[in-house]
Amino acid sequence: MPQNYVPIFIFIALIGILIPVTLLAAKLVRPDNPHKEKLLPYECGIDPVDRARGRYTVRFYIVAILFVVFDVETIFLFPWAVKFKALGVFGLVEMLVFLLILIVGYIWIWKKGALEWV
Amino acid sequence: MNLTTFIIVSVIKTVIALFVLLTAVAYSVWLERKVVGHIQNRWGPTRVGPFGLLQPLADGAKFLFKEDLIPPHVYKPLYIAAPMLAVMFALTSISVIPIGNVVTIGNIKTPLQITDVNIGLLIVLGITSLGVYGVALAGWSSNSKYSLLGGLRASAQMVSYEISLGLSLVGVLILAGSFSLRAIVDAQAGTFWGFIPRWNIFQGQIIAFFIYLTAAYAETNRVPFDLPEAETELVAGYHTEYSAMKFAMFFMAEYANMITVACLASLLFLGGWHGPLFGPPLLQAILPVFWFGLRVFMFLFIYIWVRGTLPRFRYDQLMAFGWKFLLPMAIANLVITALIVAIRS
Repeated sequence: MPQNYVPIFIFIALIGILIPVTLLAAKLVRPDNPHKEKLLPYECGIDPVDRARGRYTVRFYIVAILFVVFDVETIFLFPWAVKFKALGVFGLVEMLVFLLILIVGYIWIWKKGALEWV
Repeated sequence: MNLTTFIIVSVIKTVIALFVLLTAVAYSVWLERKVVGHIQNRWGPTRVGPFGLLQPLADGAKFLFKEDLIPPHVYKPLYIAAPMLAVMFALTSISVIPIGNVVTIGNIKTPLQITDVNIGLLIVLGITSLGVYGVALAGWSSNSKYSLLGGLRASAQMVSYEISLGLSLVGVLILAGSFSLRAIVDAQAGTFWGFIPRWNIFQGQIIAFFIYLTAAYAETNRVPFDLPEAETELVAGYHTEYSAMKFAMFFMAEYANMITVACLASLLFLGGWHGPLFGPPLLQAILPVFWFGLRVFMFLFIYIWVRGTLPRFRYDQLMAFGWKFLLPMAIANLVITALIVAIRS
């Protein structure tokens, strides 16, 4: 029933009010004595060296790309699993073929070294 | 039930659920400090109230009255939005989690959950995976090297383990044939041969259960997968530059996520609120909630126990474990479950 989704939005609205109100309340009561040294980014006591948003390893990008591939696959599996008994043997074979293609790809990325983190 | 009653009942349930959830979050922090303290041969909080029971209140007051330092060069809109997003997504997922049977109060019949939607599990997974935004944005916008590294690590780790987490649930979905959390629990009613309960964990999903639990620990960035906030190398990770109430929000988000994981694990694998029922009708209405609460408490306790016992993984070990071990295991579990169910029917 579509009306069953209404309470979720009520919940989100309630939190959406509660959180900013908490932050504003804290703003009203807390002390505020900024000082240059106090506001420095934390770097174990020494003055910050170099830019903070520097370059980082390409591995993180690879993980992101792999995530997209496999997560979409998970999304395909969910509705299939729910309707598993209704789809019967056809659905099972179909999904095994799908998984087979996916596993071939998985072995390929493994062999390519995309899963290594050095 | 007409629409007005429905809205009023929903609002009442929402307020109660939020109150219970926030209390549970506060006291799971207390529980963690207490249990970890005893594991390390200390007392934990003892000063504020009996057994330190008022400690969460004292912590809350302290968070409220602390100065909020915002370093220069942070990207302010995202810096402020990140903790709010984190705690919002963490709390919202509770809105579809059922805690007991359908009850009748007066002439109003209502399930013990904020709302029963037929894609409940999908909503929980969707909302919890949005939680990665809070972490990633906090890490990027803070303008600190520790934060950036922590945020990157957390994002990579959360997306990697999310796949195994999703795949481990497919077996449960095959057995239950529904996304509705209530239907999944109902499918686990009854017993085998009169004494073994028909929980999913006894229906061949025990491997899925452990995959789920491991992946969920990584999702919530807890020991032994707490690399994003590895104190010895990254200070506090993505929330290094946060203080006062904004820090409290990340803290709340972490504990609310733990509670969601504990609830889901009980609902999907341990039969939700099923347990022995006895006594007068009122007791019979309350007992399921008690059994469910007991399971959730057990999972929270295991969380803390693990934290007090295990050392931390190295980052390459973490990634290798997720991609090379958990993922193939999850796929194998799903194929075997599908084949067994297909042969049986």
